[in-house]
Amino acid sequence: MGKIRDKAAIIGMGCTNFGELWDKSVDDLIVDATYEACEDAGVELKDIEAAWLGTVFSGHTAMSLSSPLSWQYKPVTRVENMCATGTEALRAAVYAVASGVYDIALAVGVEKLKDTGWIGVQPTNVVGRSTMGTAGTDLGLSPPAMFSLMAQRYFHDFKIDPEEGRRLLAEITVKNHHNGSLNPKAHFQNKLTVEQVLKAPIVAWPLGILDCCGVSDGAAAAIVTRSDMAKNFRKDPIYVKALATSVGPRRNPTVQDYDFTHIEENVRAAQMAYDEAGIKNALEELSVAEVHDCFTIHEMILYEDLGWCPKGQARKDIEAGTFTLNGKLPVNTDGGLKCFGHPLGASGLRMQYEVYHQLQGKAGDRQVKDPHLGLVHNFGGGVWGGIACIAVTGNELDRR
Amino acid sequence: MVGITSFDVYIPAYRLSRDEISRAWGTGSMKGEKAVARHDEDSLTMAVAATLGCVNRGGQQGDGLFFASTTSPYKEKQAASIIAAAVDLPSETRTADFTDSLRGATIAMNSAVDAVRSGSAENIIIAASDERMGAGKSEFEQILGDGAAAITIGKSGVIASVDGNYSTFSEFMDIWRREGSTFIKSWESRFITTEGYAKTMEQVVSGIMKKYNLTPKNFSKVIYNGPDKRSHASLAKRLGFDVETQVQDPMYQSIGNTGTPAVLMMLAFALDEASPGDLILVANYGDGADAFILRVTEEIKMVQGERRMMESFKRKIPITYETYLSWRNLVPTEEPRHPEPESPSITCLWRERRSNLAFYGSKCTSCGTVQYPPQRVCTKCQSKDHLEEYKLSDKTGHIFTYAIDQLSWSKQIPVLIGVVDFEGGGRVMCEICDCNPDEMRIGLPVEMCFRKLDQGSDIQNYFWKGRPVI
Repeated sequence: MGKIRDKAAIIGMGCTNFGELWDKSVDDLIVDATYEACEDAGVELKDIEAAWLGTVFSGHTAMSLSSPLSWQYKPVTRVENMCATGTEALRAAVYAVASGVYDIALAVGVEKLKDTGWIGVQPTNVVGRSTMGTAGTDLGLSPPAMFSLMAQRYFHDFKIDPEEGRRLLAEITVKNHHNGSLNPKAHFQNKLTVEQVLKAPIVAWPLGILDCCGVSDGAAAAIVTRSDMAKNFRKDPIYVKALATSVGPRRNPTVQDYDFTHIEENVRAAQMAYDEAGIKNALEELSVAEVHDCFTIHEMILYEDLGWCPKGQARKDIEAGTFTLNGKLPVNTDGGLKCFGHPLGASGLRMQYEVYHQLQGKAGDRQVKDPHLGLVHNFGGGVWGGIACIAVTGNELDRR
Repeated sequence: MVGITSFDVYIPAYRLSRDEISRAWGTGSMKGEKAVARHDEDSLTMAVAATLGCVNRGGQQGDGLFFASTTSPYKEKQAASIIAAAVDLPSETRTADFTDSLRGATIAMNSAVDAVRSGSAENIIIAASDERMGAGKSEFEQILGDGAAAITIGKSGVIASVDGNYSTFSEFMDIWRREGSTFIKSWESRFITTEGYAKTMEQVVSGIMKKYNLTPKNFSKVIYNGPDKRSHASLAKRLGFDVETQVQDPMYQSIGNTGTPAVLMMLAFALDEASPGDLILVANYGDGADAFILRVTEEIKMVQGERRMMESFKRKIPITYETYLSWRNLVPTEEPRHPEPESPSITCLWRERRSNLAFYGSKCTSCGTVQYPPQRVCTKCQSKDHLEEYKLSDKTGHIFTYAIDQLSWSKQIPVLIGVVDFEGGGRVMCEICDCNPDEMRIGLPVEMCFRKLDQGSDIQNYFWKGRPVI
């Protein structure tokens, strides 16, 4: 089996400001993100040979991309993989250039959640069944409530007093808001204290409103090429080391051996990605990571699912500050979903935008020291299972 | 011998005290409380609960199911067929709805007795259920309660034989509700109780005693419905029965007048405490009256549990009058501030009727894993088409983890969601009802119940939820 490692590179990226962009349309966001990426790569739209658009609610078919860009009769495909759509679009574009069929490809992710009328994410029937009660969304279960199922069980199994558990989760919020405060593109740029987080209204015990990511609009885009061509476009391209997608059988709510304290898709995608990238010790080798912190409990569990700390031990690393901006492995350096909100199709590429700039040393006040490898973890679904996408990128070819 | 072979009762967990109604209106309180169906219950779901209990007690499925109610969820569309599907009766079951009369339960009983006696059916279950409403501030609002009862009429294992029957009709406008009306209406109360209720019941009771040459002294119990506590009590004296020793408690103070199921509820509670040889007189009023003579057999001991049936209804959750108004859609409350979720496809509901209504999952014959919804490819061992149907509606389980959702849309916030692990295998994630948020815990024992879904569509959709085992 082949590996994508070092076969493709990102040569340009764009990302809109995220937020409640009442006066911007989906088309505006696509145009803004794409043109920023083109400018960054030093290419023109006409140079791009194929494109992939990732969106969940904000448009059907490839024409949702071709129309705003006045695209001239070249291939476009719309992809959708719930909240993991952004990284999925990148994967398609990367595989396309790696195949040798195209030299330059575009991936765009976009979502305008604020046009839907939902305060959170609109429930979707994730599989073709009318059966009620088999998936959280079918029940009308809100996303925070779904992730609270994990928090309840995690605290129970690892004997963490719920109040103490809430404090641990609050530390994650505080960390991500600190990072977001340094990012002019973030939806929320305010710092928070643990006390403020704990005082916020409860939405699904033990999760309060500040354990949840925001609901935002935004778009992000990436331009990719083959690795051997990358330096023709810029001196600091970012090389793809791994792109892993794991999709589970959605058995979590239906089979008794599931523990509700991990998500198997996360674990499997990490194993695939580390194998593809040749990573032996992720905590040591990764310089920066962007993970899918839709809810603080998910970020906490991801520390374990992605192999950065033993199961049930995440609290020690939270307390030690391992994942803060100055810690051993800074996580969600741009503020995460927590500060950017989660425009579904855009998030995976927005995360990549941060890792791309970190690896280029262009992350400003948020810059991590001596970066080599960065990880993006983008997740679609819920505790019932879903789609975990991991992208590992690096700033050198064949460093090891 | 033809008679009753099984029985059960369902009373919703929620109670609205009459003092609470009186507080809301500043009117007098009739004291006591009434049972109130939750916003996700209706006469059909309550009938399913009573029918399942009746089937489980009697161990016989029945080849007929009759549903009696004045509050069927559909004006055109049978309810008995939905109940039969939820209870998982075979497709050759004879189903019928007996509607529009408070006498429906005993009209159905006469039909069932005739069918079994004639040999055209072996067993017929009669499920009676009502959820009637009186207008705000009315006496009916305080008097009426919600509930259901089910009995099975059959030939084998008879616990109370039907030894006699007698019926009358009377064209008398006492209580009515026209199409499109929410509340029941009535005429001047002295007229309807003295000239209507009392005279009709005297006629049917004296009629049946005369027909079978019996007197009040022959009966250990007399069971009859009535519009309210006072009329009910005064009728006993007119009929020559002793209120203290012979008259079955109509439960007006604890449950309210439940309408169609009232007579069967009383009968079920009476049978639960009856002794072999007891002679029971049953009379039921509504557009005339039906009367029966029942004789309790030795078999009664086989169905009486160690625990009295009333024990099952010890759990009472008080609600406020405002909650009642909201549950019954009597006061407009804010609609969710987002677009309506999509209505279910009727085609999909039909295709998945076994899993939705009868609550079948599947069990892998290769590895034994129970899974819901049913799978073709085993979720555990991936063997294909080696799965057999496996029913979960009758299984108990416990909460593995749970959510207290403040953001969901429902008439009752927070919505409680539980991941339920069934004894014997299988896991579902479902709403947990009849449970206070502070009672939720990992390990809480739960059982399944059939409930309405709030879906904002023109059809009434139903599914299974969990509730704490009492």
